Amino acid sequence: MTVSATGVSKTVLETKFSELTQMPDARGHFGPYGGRFVSETLSFALEELEKTYLSLRDDPDFQAEFDYDLAHYVGRPSPLYHAKRWSESLGGAQIWLKREDLNHTGAHKVNNTIGQALLAKKTGKPRIIAETGAGQHGVASATVAARLGLECDVYMGAEDVERQKLNVYRMRLLGARVIPVESGTRTLKDAMNEALRDWVTNVDNTFYIIGTVAGPHPYPLLVRDFNSVVGREARRQSLEQIGRLPDALIACVGGGSNAMGLFYPFVEDDAVAMFGVEAGGDGVETGRHAAPLTTNAPRGVLHGNRTYLMSDEAGQVSDTHSISAGLDYPGVGPEHALWKDVGRVSYVAANDKEVLEAFRELTHMEGIMPALESAHALAHAKVLAPTMRPDQHIIVNLSGRGDKDIMTVAKIDGIEF
Amino acid sequence: MNRIDQRFSELKQQGRKALIPFITAGDPAPQYTVGFMHALVDAGADIIELGVPFSDPMADGPVIQKACERALKQGTRLIDLMQMVKEFRQADTNTPVVLMGYLNPIERIGYESFADQAADVGVDGVLIVDMPPEEADELGPLLKSRDLAAIFLVAPTTSNERAATICAHGHGYLYYVSLKGVTGAATLNADDVAEHLAPLRGMTDLPLCVGFGIRDGATAAEVAKVADGVIVGSALVNRIAESLDAPETIAGQLKSVLAEMRTAMDA
Ligand SMILES: Cc1ncc(COP(=O)(O)O)c(C=O)c1O
Repeated sequence: MTVSATGVSKTVLETKFSELTQMPDARGHFGPYGGRFVSETLSFALEELEKTYLSLRDDPDFQAEFDYDLAHYVGRPSPLYHAKRWSESLGGAQIWLKREDLNHTGAHKVNNTIGQALLAKKTGKPRIIAETGAGQHGVASATVAARLGLECDVYMGAEDVERQKLNVYRMRLLGARVIPVESGTRTLKDAMNEALRDWVTNVDNTFYIIGTVAGPHPYPLLVRDFNSVVGREARRQSLEQIGRLPDALIACVGGGSNAMGLFYPFVEDDAVAMFGVEAGGDGVETGRHAAPLTTNAPRGVLHGNRTYLMSDEAGQVSDTHSISAGLDYPGVGPEHALWKDVGRVSYVAANDKEVLEAFRELTHMEGIMPALESAHALAHAKVLAPTMRPDQHIIVNLSGRGDKDIMTVAKIDGIEF
Repeated sequence: MNRIDQRFSELKQQGRKALIPFITAGDPAPQYTVGFMHALVDAGADIIELGVPFSDPMADGPVIQKACERALKQGTRLIDLMQMVKEFRQADTNTPVVLMGYLNPIERIGYESFADQAADVGVDGVLIVDMPPEEADELGPLLKSRDLAAIFLVAPTTSNERAATICAHGHGYLYYVSLKGVTGAATLNADDVAEHLAPLRGMTDLPLCVGFGIRDGATAAEVAKVADGVIVGSALVNRIAESLDAPETIAGQLKSVLAEMRTAMDA
C-alpha cells in the first residue's frame, strides 16, 4: 500500500462506501488504520480473543443468547422518539432521538459490555477489568460482573473519579473496585494505559472489556458489532415510523462506539448523511479540545491501533480537554479514521458552551436530560436542523442519560449539595 | 558488519555473556545522558539500550514511567537522542547502541527520516515495544537497508508458531521478556526462563537476551547461565530516581551497580 505525505493511502481514496462493510481485513486493518500494536505478551490473548469471537460471530446460539440479554436485561429495543417540540422550535428538520439513555445502566455502553461478558464467560476467565472515563462503561462492566459473579476492577483517571463521583459510588455498590489513576493527564487515556498494564500482568485469568471501538484488533471489530444493534433498530424504526430512511444521522464521538453503532448499518445507504461530533472543549481554535478528526490531527499509534491522534511534533500524546469525561480522549477508533478519509462521515466539533446550551434546551423542551456526551450530538442537531426542511428527518443518538452529570452542571450554576 | 553482531561474535569467542543496561535518555536531564552511557561502558556494558521517553509507556512499570515523565519535563525529544548518540560516538565507536521505545514518536518523525537519522548518528538497533513483526512491514525494510537491527520481543505467552515468525524477522538479538507483567516487576524464575529459551534455540541463531526482573548480581549471574545476554533497566533507573537531589553522583552509582553484575556474571 502506498501512503502519501498526508498519510492517506491510494487504496483508501478508491474505497467505495459499500466496501467499508468489509473492514477490517484479516489483520485488523481499516485501510492504513487499526492493527495490533501491542507488547508481545498480549499477542497471545488477542489472538485467542479473535479466535473465540470469530467462531461465535455467526453462531446462532451465541446470537440468540446475546439477543435475549439485550431484550430482557438491557430493555431493547430502545425507542425512536420524535422530539416534536424541540424540532418545531428549531424551525427545520424533524429530530428523532434514539433512546439509548433508556437502556439498563443508562447508556449505549451496556450493549457492548453484555456482548463481551458473554465472551468472557466462554473463555472461562474469572476476572474482568475495564477502563472508564465518564464511568458509564465502568458501571456497565461492574453490572455484568455482578450478574455473572466475576471479580471486577475498573481503572479510572483520578480527575474523572472526582468529576464522576456518582458513577464511582455506583460501581462500588455493584461490588467493583475502582482504581484511580494518577499518572499522565489523569483521564481516560491514562486509565487505558493502566488497564493494559494490569492485563499484561494478569493475562492468564483476566478478561479485558474495552469500552469503545479503539484498542488492538479485534476490539474495534467486536465493539462495533455489539453496538450495531443501535443502527439496525434505528433503520427498521425509521422505515416504520418515518416511512423511509432518515436524511441524516448524528452521534457524538469519543472513541466512537455509539456513533459506530448507529452509523454502521447505514454505511451503504449513500443518501443518508452522517455527522460525528467531537469534543470541542474551549473551542478547537484554542487547542484545548478532544477533537482529533475535526482538527486533522496527525496519524499516530496509541493503545494498540493506528489512528488520528492528538500529539505534539515529538510524538508525545497531547493533553485533552472536554466538559464530558467520556469524550476526553486524544484518539478515536480506527474505523472512524478511515470513514473520515473516504468522506463517508463528516466530523465536526461542538464546544463546551454549545453543549451546555443543548443540554438545557432538551431538558426544558422534551423533559429528557441527556448525558453531556450525547449533548454534543444534540448541539450539532441545533446547527444542522435549521438548514433543512420540515419534511426532512434527523436521527440523533441519545447515547446516555444525564444523571451522572448533574454535579457538573450544578457546579457551573453555582449550586452546592 | 553491524556492531551488535560484531559484539556477540567477540563475546562468543571469549565465552562471555552480554551485559545490556537500559536507561531513559534525558533522565534526570538531557545533559547527563552521554556521561551515563560512558560510565556504563566503563562498568562493563556490552550494548546500551537507550530509552526514548514517551508520554504513555504502557508496557512499563512505575519506575520507568516516572523516568519518562522526568525526561519529558526536561523537553527530551527523539531528535535529541540522535544528538546524544552522535556525541557518544565521538568517544566510543565500538559499543552498540539500541534505541528502545514506543512507535508514536517515530511515526511523527516519519519512518524514512527516522531510519536515516538513526543510521547517520551511529545507532545500531531499534526495539519498538508496541510494534510486533506483523506491523513492521513498512519500517522493517527501511531499517534493514541501513544495516540497523530490528529487535523484537518474545514473551512467556508467545506460542512456538509465533516465536518462529518473530525469529524470522528479528536481527541483532531476541529480547526475551522473563515474566508476564511490566518492567520493574518483582520475581524472575530462572528455571522458567531456561525452559522457555530451550525451544527458541532450535529456531534461531540469534543471541537470546533476557530482560525484566533482573535486579542484582545474583539474578544477573543466574540468567547469564542460560541466556546469551542480560538486560537490566529498572534497577539502574531506580538509582537515578533516588539521587535526583545529587545528580552528579549518579554516574558513579550506575557504574557500581553495573560493575557488580558484570563481576557476578563473569565469575
Ligand atoms: C453517554 C455516553 N456517550 C458517549 C460516550 C463516548 O463513548 P463512545 O465515543 O465510544 O460512544 C460515553 C463514554 O463514556 C458515554 O458515557
